[in-house]
Amino acid sequence: MFEPYLEILWGFAKAFLVGGSICMIAQIVINFTDLTAGKILVIFMLAGVVLQGLGLYQYLVDFAGAGATVPISGFGYLLANGAMRGTEKGFFGAFTGALSSASAGVSAAVIFSFLMGICFRSKTKKN
Amino acid sequence: MYEMTGKNRDNYNKNYIAYVNSFDPPTQHFKNCFRAFMVGGLICCIGQFLRIIFEEVFGLYGDELAGMVSVVLIFLGTLLTGFGVYDRIGRYAGAGSIVPITGFANSVASPAMEFKTEGLVYGMAAKMFIVAGPIIVYGVLAGTIVGMLYLFL
Repeated sequence: MFEPYLEILWGFAKAFLVGGSICMIAQIVINFTDLTAGKILVIFMLAGVVLQGLGLYQYLVDFAGAGATVPISGFGYLLANGAMRGTEKGFFGAFTGALSSASAGVSAAVIFSFLMGICFRSKTKKN
Repeated sequence: MYEMTGKNRDNYNKNYIAYVNSFDPPTQHFKNCFRAFMVGGLICCIGQFLRIIFEEVFGLYGDELAGMVSVVLIFLGTLLTGFGVYDRIGRYAGAGSIVPITGFANSVASPAMEFKTEGLVYGMAAKMFIVAGPIIVYGVLAGTIVGMLYLFL
């Protein structure tokens, strides 16, 4: 009777643990190296691309769901996955696959940021 | 303390940096990591919640499901940036707010808001990609390389 609920709860726990762990690894890297946010984002995105290129990130996505797709490494996973699946359509597919799979995220970021930029003014001053 | 005079003057810059650093509060590794873990985990749980909603209520699956979850999270990230809330979360959580996709949204929305005063073309539109640009450049490069290797190997 409670089994479907337990399964959903277990899904949340896995997402929390895996997503939290990825963020914690990033925090450890920041603590020890003084890398800026932009570099951390690039490094983690590239890690996602490489891991999916080796076929490993898919296991993490199957295991943790949103815990693996929500961090920026999931964006890298999307890019690599799109390019790899594009190869079914030959050279051109491999060429267009990466961006077409990431198009939702990039379009959303551009459109919503433009709207927010129009609607709001910057509140916190840069330190 | 580090001497700033005498024979140490040879390493003036190095000594000065060490002297300044001796006044820095020590990094609180455990506290930082715990906060990053909690906030990052919570954002992923919001993602998981959206995943279940879109799957059960709207019947999406596969790429469409993942795409819709990203779009909604990016919307939330830009909205919170607009209200100035995300910066406060960022000060508390560090990497816990940078690494999730909402941090990517924040890195696009916050320069868009900040550089609006410099005009819509060279201000807002150009500066929007100051952090997100490198991610897209290296992402497309690496993704295409993976695709090409996959095609030819």
